[in-house]
Formats: sequence, structure tokens, C-alpha cells
Amino acid sequence: MNRIGDIWVYLAASPLLWLSMTLAVYLAGQWLFRRSGGRALFNPVALAITLLALLLLLTGTPYTTYFGGAQFIHFLLGPATVALAIPLYLHWERVRRLFLPILAGLLAGSLTAILSAMGVAWLLGGSPRTLLSLAPKSVTTPVAMGIAEKIGGLPSLTAVLVILTGVIGAVAAPALLKGLRIQDDAVKGFAIGVAAHGIGTARAFQISSLAGAFAGLAIGLNALLTALLAPLIAALLPFHSMP
Amino acid sequence: MIGALAILLMLQLVGEVAVRWSGAPLPGPVVGMVLLFLALRWRQALPDALRATAETLLSHLSLLFIPAGVGIVQYGSLLAREWLAVVVALVLSTLITAAVTALVMQAVIRRYPGARQDE
Repeated sequence: MNRIGDIWVYLAASPLLWLSMTLAVYLAGQWLFRRSGGRALFNPVALAITLLALLLLLTGTPYTTYFGGAQFIHFLLGPATVALAIPLYLHWERVRRLFLPILAGLLAGSLTAILSAMGVAWLLGGSPRTLLSLAPKSVTTPVAMGIAEKIGGLPSLTAVLVILTGVIGAVAAPALLKGLRIQDDAVKGFAIGVAAHGIGTARAFQISSLAGAFAGLAIGLNALLTALLAPLIAALLPFHSMP
Repeated sequence: MIGALAILLMLQLVGEVAVRWSGAPLPGPVVGMVLLFLALRWRQALPDALRATAETLLSHLSLLFIPAGVGIVQYGSLLAREWLAVVVALVLSTLITAAVTALVMQAVIRRYPGARQDE
């Protein structure tokens, strides 16, 4: 064994390599995003995922090895979700005044997210397992994985679909809402949060702190509602078999 | 910062335990979020350290999704078979969802302007 081989054997077995690679690639993506003048197309998450996926394929590294290192970052999704209470607390007066519109928007958005994802995929010949994995795609990752498992989808596929949803929402939703002449940052933020969870929320915080707070609120509410709705909807499907 | 992180993790822990114990169909971290919100409302104060830690964490929220997103490498063959259904479903559904949510919300705000002014 040569020296480079030895070093690779060490790195391949340690969480250090892929943990630091994930951070490095994210920072590079952020740098590129800023250099491009904040162009939505240069979404830092999409860039980072593409680069890391290429690296894994080139080095023949299995995903489980990668995740062994990157799980430390993944784990922070939990405390970050708890931390969403803080923007909510800071903007509470506004949230309380918009209670009814929030409730109406949430119900309409949550149902639309589940039904339209499954409906479009079904029309285009998606397999039952893919449809069930798509159902919770607008919900934040850990919750969506739990829902997918419950209704017979593939949790790890759902995780990927959730991230892609977030990237699509972050890239395209602000322009779409502008086209629809939505001017209220609270409405913009909430809509982006319902459709595109945390990645959308990261984008909403760039619009304003108010938009971010409403997006954060939407993550929590949509997670609750989808956890209730998705199993009901899945149970109505003809191909759904009880686990 | 460590104190603030401890608070966040502890509340998540309480949330996870509560969800498992009660069998409620709620995600543990979301229960933790509700608990933190109630605690802040009750105390009527936000400690600086907690605010700083939360802001750091939330300003890098998108970083936290990268590890799960890289999981796409496991689904090369599935995506090769069903990429059209998956891509079109994701794009259409995400945009329709954002539009429907925003339009319904705005319609209700216009219909009940009082909803914005009580108190």
C-alpha cells in the first residue's frame, strides 16, 4: 500500500472527511451564490448536492459512508426546527391578527401539495411507491420521512423528493408570487413555507425577517396537518395496502 | 451558545418523548417548537444568547438539508425510470401549492379586513 492509499483508508473510515466536505461545498456554494449577485438559479443547496453527489460517484463512496460523516449536520435539523419558535415569538402580534387567513391558506395549501403531487405523478405513470413517497414532499425532512414510512412510501426517497421540492420552491416561488402580485411579505413567506418547507424558509428570510417568520410558522403547521391528512388520503387509494 | 443549544436540544428531547408517550401523530421537534414558543410568551423575554444561536442556526438552515439531499445517489435507477413523472410532479405541485396558499390567504384577508385590525 502506498501512502495515499493509507490516508484514503483512514479517511474513508472516519466521519471527518465527509463532514468537512459537506461544510466546504456549502460554503463554496454560498460564495458562488453571493458572487452571482444572489441569483436564485445558483441555489446553494442544489449546487452543494450536485457537487457532493458527483464526488461520491467519482470516488465510489457509498451513501451510507457519506452519511456517517454528514449525519452530524443532518441532526441539527431537530434543534433548528425548535428554534423556529423565536421568529414566531418576535412576530406573534402579526400572526395573531392574520389567524383566519393563515388557517385558510394552510388548509388549501396542504391539501393541494399532497393531491397535486400524487395526481400529476399518477397521470405520468409513476409507480404506487413513488406516489406514496411524493405525498409528504412539502413537509420538512424528518417529519416527511416519518409520514412516508407510515403510508408505505420509501422514507429515504421521500427525503430526496423533499429537498428537490425545497430547491424548486426557493428558486421559482418568489418570482411566481411576484407575478401573482402578492405584495404582503407575510403572505409570501407563508406560501413559500407551506410549499417548500425549510429550504423555502431560508429563501424567505432573504426577502425579510417577517417573510422568514411566516415561512417558519408554515413549516410547523404544514407538518402537523400533512401528518394528519396524508394517511387519510393514502387510505383512500385503490393500490394502498395496509402495512 | 452551548447553553442555548442545550435548551433547544432539551426541548426537542421533551417533544420526542411526549410524542412517543402519547402516540400523537406530531413530529417531536415541532412539539419542542411549540414548547419554546409558550415558554417565551410566558417569560415575555428572549435571552440574547438564545436569539443569537437561533439566528445562526436559521440563517444556515439550507446547509442542514444537504446530507439528506445527497441521498439522491441511491435512486439513480428509479429516477432513470420515472424521472418525468417525478420532475413534473415536483415542479407543478410546488408552484401550484405556493400559488394556491398565497391566493387563498390574500382572498381571506380582503374578505375579512377586520381580521387584520382587531386589537
